[in-house]
Amino acid sequence: MTTEKFDLDYAPALESTAVVNIAKQYGLFVNGEFVKARGDKTFATINPATEAHLANVAEASKADVNKAVKAARHAYETYWRDMPGKQRARYLYRIARQLQERAREFAVLETLDGGKPITESRDFDLPQAAAHFFYHAGWADKLDYAFPGRKVTSHGVVGQITPWNFPMMMAAWKLAPALATGNTVVFKPAETTPLTALLLAEVLQDVDLPPGVVNIVTGAGATGQALVDHPDVDKLAFTGSTGVGKMIQRAAAARRLPLTLELGGKAAHIVFDDAAIDQAVEGVVKGIFFNQGHVCCAGSRLLVQESIAEMFIEKLKRRVDLLRVGNPLDKNTDVGAINSAAQLGRIADLVKVGVSEGAEIYQPKCSLNKKGFWFAPTIFTGVQQSHRIAQEEIFGPVLSVQTFRTADEAVQKANNTPFGLSAGVWTEKGSKILWMADLLNAGVVWANTYNQFDPASPFGGYKESGFGREGGMQGLSAYVRTDTGGRS
Amino acid sequence: MNEHLPVDKTFKLFIGGAFPRSESGRTFAVRDAKGALLANASQASRKDLREAVRAARGAQESWAGRTAYNRGQILYRAAEMMEARRPEFVSVLRQIGVTPKAASKQVDQAIDRWVWYAGWADKTHHILGTVNPVAGPYFNFTFPEPTGVVGVMAPDEPALLGLVSRLAAVIVSGNTAVAVVEGPASLAAITLAEVLATSDLPGGVVNLLTGDKNELLPWMMGHLDINAVDLTGAPKDLDPTILEEAAVNVKRTVWGDSTAESPYAIADFLEMKTVWHPIGK
Amino acid sequence: MACITDKPLSLATSVDQVALEARAKSLTTRSIKTTSKRAALHLSIRCMDLTTLEGADTPGKVASLCQKATRPDPTNLDVPPVAAVCVYPEMVDYAVAATAGTGVKVASVAGAFPSGLSRLSIRLDDIADAVARGAHEIDIVLNRSAFLTGDYNLVMDEVAAAKEACGEAHLKVILETGELGGYDQIRRASMLSMHAGADFIKTSTGKIPKASTLPVVLCMAEAIRDHADATGEIIGLKAAGGIRTAKQAWHYLVVIGETLGTDWLTPDLFRLGASSLLNDVLQQLGKLDTGRYSGPDYVTVD
Repeated sequence: MTTEKFDLDYAPALESTAVVNIAKQYGLFVNGEFVKARGDKTFATINPATEAHLANVAEASKADVNKAVKAARHAYETYWRDMPGKQRARYLYRIARQLQERAREFAVLETLDGGKPITESRDFDLPQAAAHFFYHAGWADKLDYAFPGRKVTSHGVVGQITPWNFPMMMAAWKLAPALATGNTVVFKPAETTPLTALLLAEVLQDVDLPPGVVNIVTGAGATGQALVDHPDVDKLAFTGSTGVGKMIQRAAAARRLPLTLELGGKAAHIVFDDAAIDQAVEGVVKGIFFNQGHVCCAGSRLLVQESIAEMFIEKLKRRVDLLRVGNPLDKNTDVGAINSAAQLGRIADLVKVGVSEGAEIYQPKCSLNKKGFWFAPTIFTGVQQSHRIAQEEIFGPVLSVQTFRTADEAVQKANNTPFGLSAGVWTEKGSKILWMADLLNAGVVWANTYNQFDPASPFGGYKESGFGREGGMQGLSAYVRTDTGGRS
Repeated sequence: MNEHLPVDKTFKLFIGGAFPRSESGRTFAVRDAKGALLANASQASRKDLREAVRAARGAQESWAGRTAYNRGQILYRAAEMMEARRPEFVSVLRQIGVTPKAASKQVDQAIDRWVWYAGWADKTHHILGTVNPVAGPYFNFTFPEPTGVVGVMAPDEPALLGLVSRLAAVIVSGNTAVAVVEGPASLAAITLAEVLATSDLPGGVVNLLTGDKNELLPWMMGHLDINAVDLTGAPKDLDPTILEEAAVNVKRTVWGDSTAESPYAIADFLEMKTVWHPIGK
Repeated sequence: MACITDKPLSLATSVDQVALEARAKSLTTRSIKTTSKRAALHLSIRCMDLTTLEGADTPGKVASLCQKATRPDPTNLDVPPVAAVCVYPEMVDYAVAATAGTGVKVASVAGAFPSGLSRLSIRLDDIADAVARGAHEIDIVLNRSAFLTGDYNLVMDEVAAAKEACGEAHLKVILETGELGGYDQIRRASMLSMHAGADFIKTSTGKIPKASTLPVVLCMAEAIRDHADATGEIIGLKAAGGIRTAKQAWHYLVVIGETLGTDWLTPDLFRLGASSLLNDVLQQLGKLDTGRYSGPDYVTVD
């Protein structure tokens, strides 16, 4: 009998890349057309899983950004500002449908350009992106009901800058509400993951979005700076690191420019001894290893009650041993590639710090490819509040485990950070959940779940994790100018 | 010669429920239109600001932790106490140059503001909060929470109504405030402090510093334990680069309406918290 | 692992439905291709309890089933025999005769299957009878009536008595999970059965519409894992009812493998109770061998 052993080293199940067609060269998307950057400057984007060159992408200069802002201004005044909401909605619905229809193509491209597992880009990023357009399309002609008693108008030209961790989903989070509320946009995707935004530009052409309503300028920090500093931008929205967010806030402050910031986090993920343990283990794993931990709301600090700590950590390690790190295109991959060499360097540096500070490191045995950027899932135990790995955002697959004795101590430790984006709580006791949810300083509290997202659910942080919300009715207010809405 | 030589009031700062003088020992003269001395008000220093922030932080969690009903009652109590001292407020406003009719009207409006905002304490959740229909087996809701400690640049005009409008909007949700008042408005502010001190408002919820806004604003913007700054009454000759300091801890900055009577003025000092929980058995 | 044994089981008794189901669903995205697929298909056959539990069962029907069990694909002897045939006690004699010397075991339901609601002595006699007829494995049902009234001691006593009545035969305890009301109860019933002496815990009788599901099996597998951590005892798991396709079968293999480890992926510790599953698995194997999609006319109906 020739029975091979069935084990968990599943045979490779590679998603086909035939569905995507990557051009050698991409231009900027300005005024409805792809154009070269001034001086034909370009930069390369690579596949972080293989370091293979994917394409050259135009690098927008200050002059190019200026052209894009001009196009957006013109589109705002010519088409978009006065277009009835009903009609704006139509465009957004069309975009949503196109994203659904071409979802696989987008998902594969997202995985190629960013390194995330295809199961995530396919089952999470793209469905979320389409859902955001669909959700906000419905608001476009109902804004009066979102702001009862207030007069709302669009800002005008909105500058938006997004990170590399969820390129398409972030594009949708930014573009959909901005367009639904009647703004035009100059959008800058992250320099390591520009390709899906450029594919989105094709979709925008296909749905006949009026030229200039969305302009996409690719480039790195200097391009972003040019957008932030442009005097004819009426509002800025940024998702990214707290460091860059603060620079943008400085730039916007003196001009009193409306701004939304969705920045970093160091979320506490709290597990009580009365939790549904096996599901909590899953939640903790999803909380930190989803998207290689490149998640601003990652549950990077596990606070586990001392009475179950040993048992819980044992279960956690066993579960982490099962994570399959490898080719992001393999449908059986759980943890993909680190997004860039630079990010890999940052993660490795902070992990070194963790070791030197005396925390105990655990990494499952997994063979990492030589080519590409990889980091094994990592658990630090014996972490103390004063350790840098308990304080600083690592933005990688690295979990710091601390223990607590009482609920009060859990809250105190959870809140003891300048960040305030998210938190997780696991307990089967309802009143304790509500007590914790009340006291945790975080914009999102996941109770008996983690890393859930929905266009109808507002997302955003307290304290240094930023301000303004994305999603839900509350998220709309970031993109409208409102009167006082009362008497004075 | 007067039979009774009036006992003039010393105008001090209001920090943590107490009325200290500035640690700097500095004062500034407030004079009426004819130049007669009305008071030597305390001129707050950056160290007084630091103390006020400490008091505000200390009071914030328990203030926010009170029931909305209770906070509403305390704001209403402030209106009651103002009403009781109505003539004094009119007189202070007249001293600093407000016409009798306008002074009377302004006091009425200020009292009315407390009452109006008091009623919002247990209603902002209704109009700003939501239950969100997410596409999955989760109960998901969003509700407002106070931002924390709020620095307030009080409007110069109208001296009493402006301050009351901004303060009420800030504190009704559970924020605590450190307000800076400048010039003649200081007299109205400290008179208001005396009302607040006797209105069941816990010490530290409102702290009032009289002094020089341009001197104190940079310290306020740079303070790491202030979560938001109300710039509605920011000095007209403000150096805008001072505002960049807001970025040190990602402060929320608010430019509002000095006499706003709006739930959205409350919303400017709120955070939205969203909670997810699975629905299962 | 010792640390887990130190903790009372009561600390970990709740199950979150949504997260459990989400985990089970995420395991269905495992893509089983080429060599893994062939291995999975063979393993599902080797772990299969080929079942017939009809009132209309006859010696002839059982003989036909046993032939299929020992040589599922007469044209391809690479295809392994199934683990066991599962029949009513009255059919055990025929099954024992038909499978003699083949390595295919005979499992018998017993103990007033499928309700379990007759006097304990009668149920025990039923078990003893099936064992006496030569059954290697006995599938009994948990006393849901006692369980749902909260009489857990009675539940455990009865399982223990059944175990005794089994003698050398292996005892599988059917929880009939579709009747228990939720995952907390499934976990509790799993724990009680294992503590009382079950060799296997089994999901369903196949006699009610709510049969085995992936989350149910995941929940039971997690209980088995915790029981093993706490006591060192290795308990098996049988999924039964509603499993008709090869794809469903390998989803179960993935859930077991990723929860309990590949040690559990043997007929000694994992079974799939099914009747029509085998033919779908054979058709899938046919596709792997020939590159063409097969059809029902190309496998035998038994």
